[in-house]
Amino acid sequence: MKNAVGRDIPEALLAGGKEVYQGKNYMDGKYIQKAAPKTRRYEKPQESKLVGSLKEALEFCGAKSGMTFSFHHHLRDGDFVVNMVMKAAIEELGLEDLTIAASSLGNAHDPIAQYIEEGKVVGIQTSGIRGRMGEVVSAGKLKTPAIIRSHGGRPRAIEGGEVHIDIAFIAAPTSDCVGNCRGIGGKSNCGSMGYAMTDAKYADHVVVVTDCLVDFPNMPASVEAIDVDAVVVVDSIGNPKKIASAAARISQNPRDLMMAENVAKVIAATPYFKDGFSFQTGVGGPSLAANLFLEQYMDERGIKMGWAIGGICGPMVELLKKGKVGKVIDVQDFDLDAVNSINQTTGHYEMSASQYANPANKGAFVNKLDFVVLAALEIDTGFNVNVLTGSDGVLRGAPGGHPDTAAGSKVCIIVTPLTRGRMATVCEHVVTVTTPGDCVDVLVTDYGIAVNPLRPDLVECLDKAGIPHVSIESLKEKAYSLVGRPDDLQWEDKVVAVLEARDGTILDVVRKIKPYDPAE
Amino acid sequence: MEILKAAMAGTLESSDALVTVEPGEGGIELNLQSSVMNQYGRQIKATVLETLQRLDVADAKVTVVDKGALDCTLKARVECAVFRSCGKSEANIPWGGAVR
Repeated sequence: MKNAVGRDIPEALLAGGKEVYQGKNYMDGKYIQKAAPKTRRYEKPQESKLVGSLKEALEFCGAKSGMTFSFHHHLRDGDFVVNMVMKAAIEELGLEDLTIAASSLGNAHDPIAQYIEEGKVVGIQTSGIRGRMGEVVSAGKLKTPAIIRSHGGRPRAIEGGEVHIDIAFIAAPTSDCVGNCRGIGGKSNCGSMGYAMTDAKYADHVVVVTDCLVDFPNMPASVEAIDVDAVVVVDSIGNPKKIASAAARISQNPRDLMMAENVAKVIAATPYFKDGFSFQTGVGGPSLAANLFLEQYMDERGIKMGWAIGGICGPMVELLKKGKVGKVIDVQDFDLDAVNSINQTTGHYEMSASQYANPANKGAFVNKLDFVVLAALEIDTGFNVNVLTGSDGVLRGAPGGHPDTAAGSKVCIIVTPLTRGRMATVCEHVVTVTTPGDCVDVLVTDYGIAVNPLRPDLVECLDKAGIPHVSIESLKEKAYSLVGRPDDLQWEDKVVAVLEARDGTILDVVRKIKPYDPAE
Repeated sequence: MEILKAAMAGTLESSDALVTVEPGEGGIELNLQSSVMNQYGRQIKATVLETLQRLDVADAKVTVVDKGALDCTLKARVECAVFRSCGKSEANIPWGGAVR
């Protein structure tokens, strides 16, 4: 069945009442029945929940084949915990038919690819999928299609019982002996633990994995002992150098800076740019640099930013310290400046993924967002964005909070160079729709700006401010004139990944790619 | 042109291609690898074969390792590799003639 972004969704996926994507805000006003976990009672006072090893923790929680284990990705490319836990479950306990439900997965998790090929891991639910795992899933080696969700879609699915977590594993930079966890104070700090919070509340069992045991009580706790069954101390939960970069640097690339300046110009031309406005930006080169130019406009007009959300990095913390933004609410930290600031700098708070972006709760932060500045791997002439699959059809990205912030914000700006190497970023049809075009308002490229025709109000703003803009079709033609028109990808019928819209409907599917063989 | 000895042109940098030509065994034998194979493989193959034809190369083993090079780059790398293989890359290159 064709959905609202023109993608053909196989009927087989719609069994059990799943719907295809119908457009923005389709689920508004409907009710969700929340699921509740079955959890163990610890009435008798315990001195400690420490157990000797991951194997013991798994046994204590009744781990068996066919279960779903959840993980969070604040340790990013430095994470050791996913591999450690899966190794104990598969190689020490001999479990199989396991499903990994992670907030994201990256290159750090290449070893899991082998468990997929061996058929030990049969399900993957995640936002990000990259590296070897992306390749083996794209090659159709995972038994069931991977389910890809946004950062807001994930807590919705967990709360609604679409994902039932048997055991949640919390990678904790510090924990006390009963499982109060924090993202700071240890040797592998990650700052916010926002993505782990829903897992801890909705999993049947919760295991804390830490490399820094601290005195009870570890307060204020991001994950609380009341939800934790066992605590395991390991040598290291991650490589701190890969968890957070020393500092997210502002790009010096003149092309990035030009685009960033144009992003700030567009923002300053809208009526939402007024004292107390709210803002989120990614950490990509031009997105991050937009902070810098925006500050100039704020100074010029004598206005301040009310609040900022998102994955947080140093430049935003700087604005907070300078008093140019009122509050920073943080679901994940990208660099050490942000890690060292959360809950330390006045006005820098932690939030859960649900609070950040869940479309099925009673009002996530993204819904109050004025501006979001985001990147894209591809954007098509319908303003649909792809941040999941490469132009070659292989899984190598993550929707993250992209669809959530795009849908919630008043102005969603995509900033991307027109071409990357031989890839046309602006194209006729994106490989996979991860953020539907009805949520995307403005495109800023190095060859010009385009405004979504659904937003005549923004067209008027740009015209009034004298900011030139062109049609997105003309940008696409420009891109193809530079790099040549790519051939359509060839696919097999087999679906390797299902992409859920943030509301739980099916936005797109990724099929197994048929590679081109030049010897043909 | 006749390929007299093995010759290379280009690099493995992003947006470039490394082209190697060697004497053939009667005909064109093309070995192509590309980082953009699924979208541009057919076009790269066509561009390489057209360029060889324009240079009158009919007997060669050609290896292209493409890193997302544009058509103009691919043509230039193929031309250069062929001229080097014939020892004719030092002087009197037919700019605007066979090389364009």
